[in-house]
Amino acid sequence: MSAGLGASTTEPAASGRTAAAAQAPSGVKARWRGIDPKYVPVTVTVSLFALMGGFGSAFYTGFFSAQVFFNLLIDNAFLCIVAVGMTFVILSGGIDLSVGSVVALTTMVSASLVEHHQWGAATVIPLVLAMGAAFGAAMGFLIERFRLQPFIVTLAGMFMARGLCYLISIDSISITSPFYTAVSQARFALWGQASITVGAILALAVVAVGVYLAHWTQFGRTVYAIGGNEYSAVLMGLPVARTTVLVYMLSGFCSALGGVVFTFYMLSGYGLHAIGMELDAIAAVVIGGTLLSGGVGYVFGTLFGVLILGIIQTLIMFDGSLSSWWTRIVIGGLLFVFCLLQRVFEGRRG
Amino acid sequence: MAKLQQLVAHRLFWPLLALALLLAGNALFNPGFWNVEWREGHLYGNVIDILNRASPLILIALGMTLVIATRGIDVSVGAVVAISAATAALMIGGKLEIHGDVTTYVSRFPMWLAIACALGVALLCGLWNGLLVARVGMQPIIATLILMVAGRGVAQLITNGQIITVYYAPFFVIGNGFLFGLPVAVYIAAIVFIALQLVVTRTALGMFIRAIGINPPAARLAGVRQRWITLWVYAFCGLTAGVAGLIISSNVKSADGNNAGLLMELDAILAVTLGGTLLTGGRFSLAGSLVGALIIQTLTSTIYSIGVPPEINLVVKAAVVFAVMLLQSSEFRRAVRGILWRGPAAPAGGHP
Repeated sequence: MSAGLGASTTEPAASGRTAAAAQAPSGVKARWRGIDPKYVPVTVTVSLFALMGGFGSAFYTGFFSAQVFFNLLIDNAFLCIVAVGMTFVILSGGIDLSVGSVVALTTMVSASLVEHHQWGAATVIPLVLAMGAAFGAAMGFLIERFRLQPFIVTLAGMFMARGLCYLISIDSISITSPFYTAVSQARFALWGQASITVGAILALAVVAVGVYLAHWTQFGRTVYAIGGNEYSAVLMGLPVARTTVLVYMLSGFCSALGGVVFTFYMLSGYGLHAIGMELDAIAAVVIGGTLLSGGVGYVFGTLFGVLILGIIQTLIMFDGSLSSWWTRIVIGGLLFVFCLLQRVFEGRRG
Repeated sequence: MAKLQQLVAHRLFWPLLALALLLAGNALFNPGFWNVEWREGHLYGNVIDILNRASPLILIALGMTLVIATRGIDVSVGAVVAISAATAALMIGGKLEIHGDVTTYVSRFPMWLAIACALGVALLCGLWNGLLVARVGMQPIIATLILMVAGRGVAQLITNGQIITVYYAPFFVIGNGFLFGLPVAVYIAAIVFIALQLVVTRTALGMFIRAIGINPPAARLAGVRQRWITLWVYAFCGLTAGVAGLIISSNVKSADGNNAGLLMELDAILAVTLGGTLLTGGRFSLAGSLVGALIIQTLTSTIYSIGVPPEINLVVKAAVVFAVMLLQSSEFRRAVRGILWRGPAAPAGGHP
């Protein structure tokens, strides 16, 4: 199972698309001369982010500063980590709706063990990470072994994880452990006055690992192959069954890690934490240029998807006259536009 | 014996058995469970209460059944419930006016207009979903996800982020009123169910929907107006969510853009699955979804009444979904059969 075999799986799709673009001179290639068509969605995302940043800098005083940019990362670190896991799931052609509730369950278990049972962080954090991975792997097993729809399995997983939160406690548990408060307040100065938190560093590290996994490992290539066409992947002798389970396990692990970062961020455990985060994560992945039909997309794009969601919130906050619910409407609108764009690209491929 | 096998094989056997067991369990825990009294001109009792509370879910489950039968899914129904409730509450509003001894309730707009607008908005939401799925060709879960994300924002926009309270007594009839001793909401659910059942069985529509669910391109090639039907199936689902929104807001006499109909989509999908409709499309049962919705509501009421913390509800529902999903999976059935019949004690082919 060489890396070369995996690489060859992505080529037909890419070359098919170039052929389609070549047949239609007015198509993607003509408009984006000089850019490989497969990078168009990511380019759109990055340009949109730059455009929104430029807009904010031009209209709001104090927007153009390193700290505002780093705050995007700091306030969305957990979302970024969760979205990287989600990217792999969507690349493989699946979906994971349980991520938000796994984040909540992680905060709940951490808070309960640390506060009510006086466990040390050194045992709690590995434990919750293992728990998240096991939860994801169990769902992946059901999906793979019994040919169940990912959507409905992870939906049930979402119910289950939220329910387990409430079994631990209905109320919010605040964390006073010295380790957690120290980590949550730790700041690493970069240049000037700007600083960054542990969570943001972890998020960047997860993105880096995600990029490595997706493009330089056999696992990543198999994920792309499954998303492109699962049946061909099986015929090529790729370890489809194992990889499918691993993808959901990775997503579960990322959710748990996101939950750990969220615990640092909120310093509490609560069953109502991270409601609707699965939607934000999916939105970030889609806006980041990953096709929902699987097989095409970049982990790097997801980072910018998250940053765009963050910058929308920041813009609305800086504006001051818009209410918070506009965030949801704008995110919904963006999701719509990007889904439409995807249909256009898919149309050119097929 | 043959009759028994026929009975067990019937599509509604397992859902009805589950409901019967739940009801029997309830009667065991609470001897007065089946008591129905005639009080103040209408019927009172646990069973009536379950029927009343299940009505919105039944309505949504009916719409969802058709959507799922066409191989789709609609995760935006909860948001549509919130939008419809917010529209109705905003347009009715209502205040108490006192002229001398006469007190009258005044609504901002006539009630029929408010209801028509709320239903119209819900229908538009459904049409939007349908357009995205049938015309643009998006995956149903993503197309409806957009409205699920944006819809709550729209609902909060309508209510301006507040909980709107309604002070207009005639509006409360929908969710709290009684007609011939039974709650009005039950009549609404029953009428929609019967009408839909008639349309699906007496016209070719039911067959068309099945054809679309089994193989959409084949259905189109066979001359079924696949896109047109898919569009209106989503529109109908939006409409049922709108009616449910009216019942819910009328029942609680207010509209909360943030929480009305929260997680309703999951309950509706669960009800449809419990009723034996295949999530892969092509096989559906309206009566099954009705029974499924009743099972969920009975389960919820049971959990409340036997004093188990209501938080357990979610775990129980999740366990039920997992169980139903596995039972629907032919791979799982094969695996279980393999374990049961290939064991050393049982000879091959023998019935356990």
